[in-house]
Amino acid sequence: MQGISKKRRINIAILKSLMLVATITVLALVVFLIVYVFVKGFPNISWELLSTKPSYTNGTIGILPDILNTLYIVFATLIIVLPLGVGAAIYLSEYAKKKRIVRIIEYAAETLAGIPSIIYGLVGLLFFVQFLGLRKSLIAGALTLVIMNLPTIMRTTQESLKTVPQAVRDGAFSLGAGKWRVIRTVVLPGCVDGICTGCILTVGRIVGESAALLFTAGLAHSINGFVTALSSPGATLTVALYFYAKEWGEFGVAFAIAAILMILTMLINLAATFIQKYFERRRQL
Amino acid sequence: MKKKKIFEDIIHGIFLIIGLITVGCVLLITIYLIVSGIPAIRQIGLFNFLFGQKWDSTASEPSFGILPFILTSIYGTAGAILLGVPLGLFCAIYLAKCASKRFKIVLETLVSLMAGIPSVIYGLVGMLVLVPAIRNIFHLADGASLLAAIIVLAIMILPSIIKQAITALAAVPKEYEAASLALGATPIETYFRVSLPASKSGIAAAVVLGVGRAIGEAMAVMMVAGNVANMPSLFQSVRFLTTAVASEMSYSSGLQQQALFSIALVLFLFIMLINATLNFFLKRERKN
Repeated sequence: MQGISKKRRINIAILKSLMLVATITVLALVVFLIVYVFVKGFPNISWELLSTKPSYTNGTIGILPDILNTLYIVFATLIIVLPLGVGAAIYLSEYAKKKRIVRIIEYAAETLAGIPSIIYGLVGLLFFVQFLGLRKSLIAGALTLVIMNLPTIMRTTQESLKTVPQAVRDGAFSLGAGKWRVIRTVVLPGCVDGICTGCILTVGRIVGESAALLFTAGLAHSINGFVTALSSPGATLTVALYFYAKEWGEFGVAFAIAAILMILTMLINLAATFIQKYFERRRQL
Repeated sequence: MKKKKIFEDIIHGIFLIIGLITVGCVLLITIYLIVSGIPAIRQIGLFNFLFGQKWDSTASEPSFGILPFILTSIYGTAGAILLGVPLGLFCAIYLAKCASKRFKIVLETLVSLMAGIPSVIYGLVGMLVLVPAIRNIFHLADGASLLAAIIVLAIMILPSIIKQAITALAAVPKEYEAASLALGATPIETYFRVSLPASKSGIAAAVVLGVGRAIGEAMAVMMVAGNVANMPSLFQSVRFLTTAVASEMSYSSGLQQQALFSIALVLFLFIMLINATLNFFLKRERKN
């Protein structure tokens, strides 16, 4: 640092401190968010809250229906979106020969990824709820989320398909296997990591989604089995949080849900990192 | 052999159909928004709709001017970018170039966690911490305002900006930095004068990504912005394009509901414009 003019040294000091201030601000924001939500949320979490449904006669609030609805909607969405997303990725990397089709499909996926969830909610309301007559129900919500998450599954699967060596495919072909057989036995097992990563990202997005579900899945707090639940309206945790906080002023319950969602987000992030590391290590072997 | 060929052709066809579903979805969304958005615009008049300053959908003589929403969305997004981009960029440079490996991993983990936190949680915390704070600091009757929305949005776009900027900065060729250091520039000067300009396409993409997220956010904004259809002003309750759709959708009907679809159409056009810009920058970055 010797032989540097004073002006330069001041500039460097300013830039350095700006960097530090920015980094500390970001760090402080995240830590504050997490701590605040936990401190406000944990005291409100009780067994009664987790295991019952809201009751007007007793004046109690329970979020079991919301937890179940979240699980149902995650499950229903994944079951539908997985074959579609993986299939589309396989088509793009194994079948499509015309550059033009590939470009159109990829452009469509990029476009879907950029559309905000409120628009998905609106189109879901128009198409699934009204046009197809599904009414406000978990299945209408799940179908909306399918469109929303299609690009994610497609992208992660495509990324991992790129790592399946061409030689493996050629080997299988030269042994006389048909294309479908090669895809089933060689290509699909090779992209399990992409599919897993896509699943986790999708679960994260569904758990955090609210705007798209508000008009499609509706708002109800009844405990149903999987099949009945699909055809009836139901609030997921995020939608329930929104209503408890914004419409009914039940901030205790809202923070309890927020703390649960925060824990879920952490678990999902952990799982994503873990899976990535696991497959990286396996690939090196 | 012929049987096998037919079988393979059928499988090929199935995959083609699955592949085209994405295209179908985009067409579905576009067509639905246009078909349901146009009637209200035709009835109200394009000029009156886009540049009308008064939105009063439930009055006996309703007026449907969405200029307040358009301007609020633009101001809100611009404000979030002004706050969020410098903060995110300085943090990204520190993480990409200066931070120790351990600290980098810790903060990157926290930033991805931040990206995964549901927007309603940002809204909830904003509602109970930020809104009262703004009310007390600026002595307002109500803290739910454009300013509160801007701050929440700025925080929400941080993770995408930081992540994208780190990727862009990491892609700068080592030779550029080595050359700059060899010519006598200090490391920090190198990062700001060489690495930053060299990754400008990627950083532009980060900014556009932030714009897209901010303009499309609905729930968090709904919880802190107050939702009154005022012309935008920093300390007043405002309504964004997204929240205009969300707040009246549940009970609207007739022309009012059609007008909401028209608002969604306007929002969609904004988003398409932003996506086109994003693709432009991403492509340019890939070319470099």
